[in-house]
Amino acid sequence: MTDGKKKRTHVIRKPPKAPPPKWNPRIVVFACNWCSYAGADTAGVSRIQHQPHFRMIRVMCSGRIQPGFVLRAFERGADGVLVSGCHFGDCHYVNGNERAVEQFEKTMNIVKLLGLEEGRLRLEWISAAEGARFAQVINEFTDQVRDLGPSPLNGQNHTEKTQTEST
Amino acid sequence: MPELAEAARRTNAWACYDCGKCTASCPIARIGGNYSPRRHVLATNLGHREDIIENGTLSSCLTCKLCDQRCPAQVGYTQLVQQLRELSHREGVEPECPHGGALQSLMRMMAKGGTQQDRMNWLGKDLETDAAKGEVFYFTGCTMYYDTFFPEFQLNTLNGTRAAVRLLNRLGVKPVVSPTERCCGHDLLWNGDRKNFELLAKHNVQMVVDSGAEVLVTSCAECLRTWKIDYEPFYTGKMPRMMHITEYLTDPNYGGPNLKYKAGEQRRITFQDPCRLGRHLGIYDPPRKALTALPGVELTEMRRSGSGAMCCAGGTWSNCDRFAKQIQVQRLREARETGAEVLATACPKCQVHFRCAMKDPNLGGEIEIEMRDVAELVADALE
Repeated sequence: MTDGKKKRTHVIRKPPKAPPPKWNPRIVVFACNWCSYAGADTAGVSRIQHQPHFRMIRVMCSGRIQPGFVLRAFERGADGVLVSGCHFGDCHYVNGNERAVEQFEKTMNIVKLLGLEEGRLRLEWISAAEGARFAQVINEFTDQVRDLGPSPLNGQNHTEKTQTEST
Repeated sequence: MPELAEAARRTNAWACYDCGKCTASCPIARIGGNYSPRRHVLATNLGHREDIIENGTLSSCLTCKLCDQRCPAQVGYTQLVQQLRELSHREGVEPECPHGGALQSLMRMMAKGGTQQDRMNWLGKDLETDAAKGEVFYFTGCTMYYDTFFPEFQLNTLNGTRAAVRLLNRLGVKPVVSPTERCCGHDLLWNGDRKNFELLAKHNVQMVVDSGAEVLVTSCAECLRTWKIDYEPFYTGKMPRMMHITEYLTDPNYGGPNLKYKAGEQRRITFQDPCRLGRHLGIYDPPRKALTALPGVELTEMRRSGSGAMCCAGGTWSNCDRFAKQIQVQRLREARETGAEVLATACPKCQVHFRCAMKDPNLGGEIEIEMRDVAELVADALE
């Protein structure tokens, strides 16, 4: 008798439809010391709201971000990687960001060969004053990666899965 | 340390009588590197772990096998290095990976799997292949990644790969080129990462067995060595015969007389023996036969060739340093001394490393020489 009562109250208290838990991506943001990192700081001090699902890695110049960095991030479980630096002409080291473009293009081509979606990797120029733009880029990119879902390299059983698929 | 004793037993290191021929012939030691194979063999025999693992020179070895060739006591030093690197990898010591470890990351991601790699796009429309079943399996290797990763070298290792498939087509073979292929794991194994190597090995062996192939052909010397020697513990069922493309082309049962060439201009070609093909597998003649069969080709050997050939000094993505650069420059000078117009090779890695050396702004003109894969030269001479 008491059991039945308990059950009923449980049913009543349960919300009609539980919203599915929202999956949040893990994003790695590489930011240069002089522009993008300061841009993120501007977003912070100006209290501009943005999604918080990223980890930021500060480098002295975007030209330093070689394919190995990005690939290592994907290997270690990043669902998306954002590379950011100063606008053209604004680079603290004159043309480091031109070097960044070369490196980025190479990385993008490798990522495509590897079979990861292009949308998981992005290059953006964000200056120190562009706090609002930083927030906007982060929001856009986070939504984009969320739509793509978890990185195919992240599944625990992916190796077995693809092996059986291929056989 | 019991692991060291075991490694010494397996590689015959106990037989070392300390003559030092290995160090005397080691390319790295000869060019001035602080590197001594003999010291590693002795330390292994004595069980001196710190001399091997903490001393930091283990990743300098080119694994070119020149010392094995010269050793009067048949110590398998190259095999010993492979095992010592595994040991030091287990202890958390890894080589300083050139290129920021990007290539190692790539290989580990392939080992993990989960994505559909873009492994077929290079084929184009005129080449005929089958994605699943066939008598001949063509193991592509990672040339598409090299061409993408080194755009600054104007590298085109994919041309060699394409040429190999074109030659197979000409011989009436429609080879299997599988979209599920993954890196053979050669470099991971030689960096000491056995765990990820095994994942790749099992995947690739299963893929080839499932294709029902009788012959596996590859144009990469490293892939061939890995398939023939390092994959052996993973063989299942009926394994195909494994051949380098130059072996396939010169074998009377397969290629041999069936290829017809057009008359070509007189030209001189020299051949770089890849260490994996030559000293590791003992394949010296087939690439030479394939080249001399071409009309108008005069093959001139470099000062050091065959079993004494100098390696491209970058085999395992772990040892690119100033000594490697000097070795490459020396080798390119040798190639230029022959008066050859073309430096042919049978391993895409040789091309990557020599082309990198040619980028030296101070020497560029002096050591520049056209580099082609043997398969490319053969395919270009077809009627």
